[in-house]
Amino acid sequence: MASVTHDHHAHDEHEHHHEEGFISKYIFSQDHKMIGKQFLITAVFMGLVAMLLSILFRIQLAWPGEESEFLHFFLGDKWAPKGVLDSEMYLGLVTIHGTIMVFFLLTGGLSGTFSNILIPLQLGARDMASGFLNMLSYWFFFLSSLIMFLSLFVMNGAIFGIDIPGEWGTSGNGPAMAGWTVYPPLSALPQAVSGSGFGMTLWLISMAIFIAGSLIGSLNYIVTVLNLRTAGMTMTRMPLTIWAFFVTAILGVLSFPVLLSAALLLIMDRLAGTSFYLSDIMVKGQMLTNHGGSPLLFQHLFWFLGHPEVYIVLLPALGLSSEIIATNARKPIFGYKAMIGSILAIGFLSFIVWGHHMFITGMNPFLGSVFVFTTLLIAIPSAVKVFNYITTLWRGSIVFTPAMLFAIALVSTFITGGVTGIILADSALDIAIHDTYFVVAHFHIVMGMSAVFGMFAGVYHWFPKMYGRMMNARMGYAHFWITLVGAYGVFFPMHFVGIAGAPRRYYDYSVYGTFDTESYGMIVDLNVVITFFAIVAALGQAIFLFNFFYSIYRGPVAPTNPWKSNTLEWTTPVEHLHGNWPGPLPVVHRWPYDYSKPGAAEDFIPQNVPLAEGEEEH
Amino acid sequence: MENKLMMILIVVIGAIALAQLVRVYELTSKLRQRGEHEIPNRDNVFNSKLMLLFMIFQFGGFIYLVAKYGWTGRGPAASIEGATTDWLLNLNLIIITAVFFLTNFLLFYFAYKYVKKPGVPAYFYPHNNKLEMLWTVVPAAVLAVIIILGLKTWNELTGPSAPNAVNVELYSKQFGWVARYGGADNKLGKADYKLITSKNKLGLVTEETLLASIEQIEKGEEGIHKIEGQLNSNNIVLSDSVRKAYRESLGNKERLLRLLRQMQATHTKKSDASAYDDVIVEDKLVLRKNTPYEFTFRAEDVIHSAYFPHFRAQINTVPGLVTRLKFTPTMTTKEYRSVKNLPTFNYILMCNKICGSGHYQMKMLVEVLDEKEYDAWFKNKQKETFKASFLKK
Ligand code: HEM
Ligand SMILES: [Cu+2]
Ligand SMILES: [Cu+2]
Repeated sequence: MASVTHDHHAHDEHEHHHEEGFISKYIFSQDHKMIGKQFLITAVFMGLVAMLLSILFRIQLAWPGEESEFLHFFLGDKWAPKGVLDSEMYLGLVTIHGTIMVFFLLTGGLSGTFSNILIPLQLGARDMASGFLNMLSYWFFFLSSLIMFLSLFVMNGAIFGIDIPGEWGTSGNGPAMAGWTVYPPLSALPQAVSGSGFGMTLWLISMAIFIAGSLIGSLNYIVTVLNLRTAGMTMTRMPLTIWAFFVTAILGVLSFPVLLSAALLLIMDRLAGTSFYLSDIMVKGQMLTNHGGSPLLFQHLFWFLGHPEVYIVLLPALGLSSEIIATNARKPIFGYKAMIGSILAIGFLSFIVWGHHMFITGMNPFLGSVFVFTTLLIAIPSAVKVFNYITTLWRGSIVFTPAMLFAIALVSTFITGGVTGIILADSALDIAIHDTYFVVAHFHIVMGMSAVFGMFAGVYHWFPKMYGRMMNARMGYAHFWITLVGAYGVFFPMHFVGIAGAPRRYYDYSVYGTFDTESYGMIVDLNVVITFFAIVAALGQAIFLFNFFYSIYRGPVAPTNPWKSNTLEWTTPVEHLHGNWPGPLPVVHRWPYDYSKPGAAEDFIPQNVPLAEGEEEH
Repeated sequence: MENKLMMILIVVIGAIALAQLVRVYELTSKLRQRGEHEIPNRDNVFNSKLMLLFMIFQFGGFIYLVAKYGWTGRGPAASIEGATTDWLLNLNLIIITAVFFLTNFLLFYFAYKYVKKPGVPAYFYPHNNKLEMLWTVVPAAVLAVIIILGLKTWNELTGPSAPNAVNVELYSKQFGWVARYGGADNKLGKADYKLITSKNKLGLVTEETLLASIEQIEKGEEGIHKIEGQLNSNNIVLSDSVRKAYRESLGNKERLLRLLRQMQATHTKKSDASAYDDVIVEDKLVLRKNTPYEFTFRAEDVIHSAYFPHFRAQINTVPGLVTRLKFTPTMTTKEYRSVKNLPTFNYILMCNKICGSGHYQMKMLVEVLDEKEYDAWFKNKQKETFKASFLKK
């Protein structure tokens, strides 16, 4: 019935369609498909920047103190005099790298792109609940990306030689340098590190705008999922992608405001002389009078977002891969209801585990033990998901599209990175490995690689839907294998460096020379290996970029349903049109995973095909 | 410059060449009348084999690294607490390594085995409650064991230290550490950051230090009197910004002075004794074998982290908050050297929380002596009590 009511809406939209100018179509577009593509392109750019930064600081780690043309080319005389990276800028590069990767590539980019493209299409809706807010959420994202990018160029309280007036720009060289977690007092005191001047101010402004955009986006996703499902699309017939985006959006709405308040209080401490996070401080010989604040307060607020953030990054990737694995194994996803249950359980638990980042901060140890318990519980739904993926492959008929390869690799990195989480969640063990490279290995594999693989999988799989053309599969294979081997080569050895005790955020490891030459030898060796793989992996991305942009213009035109998939987005025409379906909205009769159902003529039955006579819904 | 041009040229030519290749490939595949989206069987099989190959690379890499660098590569634990956590770590590592091998094997093996074979359909198998129950309950049971053992250890590690523990304070600032021993009475004197001066670097609170600080803030080089003098002088012309900075600094100092006066008013001489005999050591931290220690930590400027990798101990140091940890060293430096077969080895205290440009250099050597050597060292050190050094002109 709903399809009838939606109908004249469609005709309205249709009339507008022809009058669209360039600006409203490509720039201030309110069409979810275009907005999704805008998110994607912006995020790809930011991701490349962050990757380049990581190569720059990896060069320093592998060949500390050696002169490098490459470093000098990108960083100039100020930050790489004679081609040797400055030790403060090292921290700046690490900070902006982490910030961009977590927030801009994997939050804005991943969920912004795919929530936008897939929520209306897979639910059978004409567009998002509010096209205008949706557009706004992209432009907030764009603006915050721009500010974060520009913050790399701060020098002497100015950008490109343009002075910043007043309190905002009093001092500061370089971008924020307090790590992506920006713990005060380091981030609050310009005297403590030069990035905590204007660079930090820009970081905070950028993040505040980013959060505003992300909230607008998330609210829109939630409302759309709740209200705009087409007839027959009950909650338990939604594809797992939508479930993942839905829970992700809820997590975002509940947790990002807390980070925003943390950031606002930090801005107050920096500009208005308040003492939310500051107490009893003497810095560079200067005695401050701040009293009564607590640096731990910031950490609680930060990680109240920070941990759900991990799942904000991860759930969409898991959702995408669920869909891709089922489609390409030509089998229903195993345990659909259990998968929904685990997404909900993970979402819920992710709010009560943040303290596992704070075991050794001086937090009450009893509180720590509560967080040990809740954290380790998360391993259960995660294990359920992994086993369900594996069982989905069992006795499948697997087609290795590039998307499928990335999705399988995601399951592998989710396991490999996940199991080390068990060590880190065990507070007694965390004591000795907290803040070492073991942690860097853990979160890059479980969050970084899994989410990046999920994102690549999504791009390869839905590229035909986004651009109406196919990407080249062989180049996809080359890209995949180089990336997978490269990523393992980068992050796997980091476990060994870390468990041997190497702290993270170190500009070089020469101190080891003063007390343990044996470990020093190991760290130096492995750092070269890691950087080698990092460069290989980074170069491998050129294949992807080429394939991506080439295929947008010259790829073969896509058929309507290239992967023989069941979900509704493949029932829309290849040519995009405003309102998505030219006729009435499709009506849904079944769940999305009827692959290889016995008795059916084909090995897939799209959701809008009515049940056959005597057919049971799975 | 030429190098850069060359590089750019190579990249451009490479891209063009690639584009042409793809073009040719696509044209030929069109000739063969094959829809581009159909993955040819050959590619499918090829990738399925690569999956298995990758699994071997992954497992082989792990085994190679373990063989080359050791299971944990961090040497034996040198404290009682460290030995306990090492045991637990090994147990957990064994569990997760088993899971890592098992699940990755299943994943890649299935990916290899069940590659599409023309004519063989996939098996429609949407769910099985018994199986799902199995892999909910088994992980839950294993985790229960991990949680119980973990919390038991955690409680031991963070519990109160032995009554006879030696009290040592470690003071952190950009970018170094200072140690303070409780002295003859094994009691650490009170300290407050407002009392820090060049002669009282840790801000110990005694009648004398209070007086000295008040005097310095009133009459010192950059004291209140000096600043007021500058501001009110008719002979000096101050720019607006300098004047503003002076005013701010004056307000700051006046506030500090008020706070110091308050402290002075409530101060009782009784507590001074515990500060007088404190011993401050800046070059290295010397510990006594088989002696329980209670460490307390303060930070001057930003958060640091006191990381003792060989004792498996770590805690953050936080401005405005005193943190603590305990451990009992079990091996002297000499013994550890011979176990490790590395005559230049030393124990270390590193900073492990990002704290600024010198973060990576913020360290203090740690030396564990046997009981006799330590007692001799300490006896000698006790000549340099805080009182002696502070009152020395
Ligand atoms: C080209 C691939 C990458 C390389 C070579 C790389 C390498 C590194 C290294 C060496 C660090 C510094 C660790 C430290 O000193 O603490 C780091 C930090 C970080 N990376 Fe990556 N990374 C890569 C991709 C990613 C991705 C995809 C993510 C997304 C989650 C990510 C997120 C982070 C975060 C959050 C930090 C912490 C930043 C901080 O300490 O403030 N990285 N990365
Ligand atoms: Cu967390
Ligand atoms: Cu430090």
